[in-house]
Amino acid sequence: MSADKANSAATEDLKASEVETPSSKLVRFSADEALELDSGVRLGPWQIAYETYGELNADKTNAVMVCHALTGDQYAASTNPVTGKPGWWSLMVGPGRSIDTNHYFVICANVLGGCLGTTGPATQNPETGAPYGLDLPVVTIRDMVRAQARLLDYLEIDTLFAAIGGSMGGMQVLQWAVSYPERVFAAVPIAAAARHTSQNIAFHEVGRQAIMADPDWRAGSYIREGVRPTKGLAIARMAAHVTYMSDESLHQKFGRNLQDRDHLTFGFDADFQIESYLRHQGMTFVDRFDANSYLYVTRAMDYFDLAQEFGGSLANAFKDTRTRFCVMSFTSDWLFPTSESRQVVKALNAAAANVSFVEIESDRGHDSFLLDVPEMFQTIGGFITGAARARGLPAPGEELETRP
Amino acid sequence: MNLSPIKTGPGEIRSDHKVVASLVPQGARVLDIGSEDGALLDLLARERQVDGRGIELSQEGVNRCVARGLSVIQGDADTDLADYPDRAFDVVILSQTLQATREPKRVMSELLRIGKEVIVSIPNFAHWRNRAQLLFRGSMPVTKYLPYEWYDTPNIHFCSLRDFVALCHELDAKVDKAVALSGKGNKIPVNAPWWVWNIVAEQAVFLLKR
Repeated sequence: MSADKANSAATEDLKASEVETPSSKLVRFSADEALELDSGVRLGPWQIAYETYGELNADKTNAVMVCHALTGDQYAASTNPVTGKPGWWSLMVGPGRSIDTNHYFVICANVLGGCLGTTGPATQNPETGAPYGLDLPVVTIRDMVRAQARLLDYLEIDTLFAAIGGSMGGMQVLQWAVSYPERVFAAVPIAAAARHTSQNIAFHEVGRQAIMADPDWRAGSYIREGVRPTKGLAIARMAAHVTYMSDESLHQKFGRNLQDRDHLTFGFDADFQIESYLRHQGMTFVDRFDANSYLYVTRAMDYFDLAQEFGGSLANAFKDTRTRFCVMSFTSDWLFPTSESRQVVKALNAAAANVSFVEIESDRGHDSFLLDVPEMFQTIGGFITGAARARGLPAPGEELETRP
Repeated sequence: MNLSPIKTGPGEIRSDHKVVASLVPQGARVLDIGSEDGALLDLLARERQVDGRGIELSQEGVNRCVARGLSVIQGDADTDLADYPDRAFDVVILSQTLQATREPKRVMSELLRIGKEVIVSIPNFAHWRNRAQLLFRGSMPVTKYLPYEWYDTPNIHFCSLRDFVALCHELDAKVDKAVALSGKGNKIPVNAPWWVWNIVAEQAVFLLKR
């Protein structure tokens, strides 16, 4: 066995163990504590994996729920056990950061349908003893939020001081504010939308078809059969990755530069740097993500339409809300463009809600929310501090209240 | 971002802001249109404990406001007021912005629809210095308070105080209070007749009800 293959097998084992017994915190719910899903199915037993950062205060009023995006995980501000890389939002969450863990108790849970410890298609189906595969009911963004609310109940936290997240994380934040308005004091949906657009569904469908076209997908039962649809998943990731960047950032980063060569090869190798980069993105992604999870989580995003259950009126979804909102978008994000955020703001205004709306200048596309964008950190830090003041919490820079 | 030419030193409170703050009840739900860098909203939050929101045209201004903890959205008085429900706010404030809107009359009627009370501050185009420039120099007035040349001014709909009061009548709005300010920001005595205000006031603040 080559060193590469041995490494890959080790990663594979590590990931498999992360599915059932993650390195993070974990709560298991019994069959009696089943989760009622939008599909009508009762899911149980089920489990949710999460990380926390900072300390919960005595009043339990300083909890912040960080919601992760499509391929994110609970390791927002701590090392990811599969990749060994720092948390995906270490720039935002941590001591002295915009979401200051010296002041707030941050919770980040792996989403329902995910593959790092929360029940998903790779989890063992208690009825068969084998991984669920496609026998897992299709889950929705609202189901993900329901699961998080159950986690909050378990932690005996009544109200979130804030819910915050980008992209699919932002969808969850909006769903939190609509499903549990009395449990969310402040909501920060970043680079998100109140519904998944036709174009976005289309991109997801391309990704799913790539996975399902891989002969090693085996109608979703690849784990049982000891294979993995890595090619399909890698292509899905490559296609999606393009949508997370912008023409301008691609042009600046790669232009038409050639990869380790001086001339075109008149073949189909990765002549261009952008090709090589995308192939690398695809290849590394398959080491940390489950193909079926990719199907389930993209489906959840496709099904998301916040206004649907309110007769198509988004304003009605937010009626009488007392949550403070900070909606944020990025100028070069064409996947979740500013116009989508504006729709949310418009609806919030129609509900006379307390709303801030900020469009951040960035040429780095949808992924901007994950990157080092100082204006984003400043604005979110300011919003959080203002909300803390309104909530009567000691904000960063102010004296911590001492309790007897 | 800073539409209003009224400059203040750091920590100094603008005279028209002081007047506006004195007209806003404690704890009111307030919408401030043309929030600029948030100075007025900040003042109202500190001194009047209002539940304040803002709309500001420039993104730079909005981001600054939000970073200081104020609830502000990027938006345009001409187009974005239609989203708000009737009587959504106790007080709606339009500071030094009406003259820069495309449809001042429509903006005014929107303000009166979404606010139980409306506070509008405007520069007085009929101030004697402006009259003098037009009369003696024969050119469009450029003063400390109206510092723009005619070709690059954001101010496209000027009015005199008298014109503004006439518009209020047309919209069935009652002028509950009016405070005229001189160039130095001093209040002009209330007992002065309208035509005096219309000449000596550099700006004025109106409290309107419907």
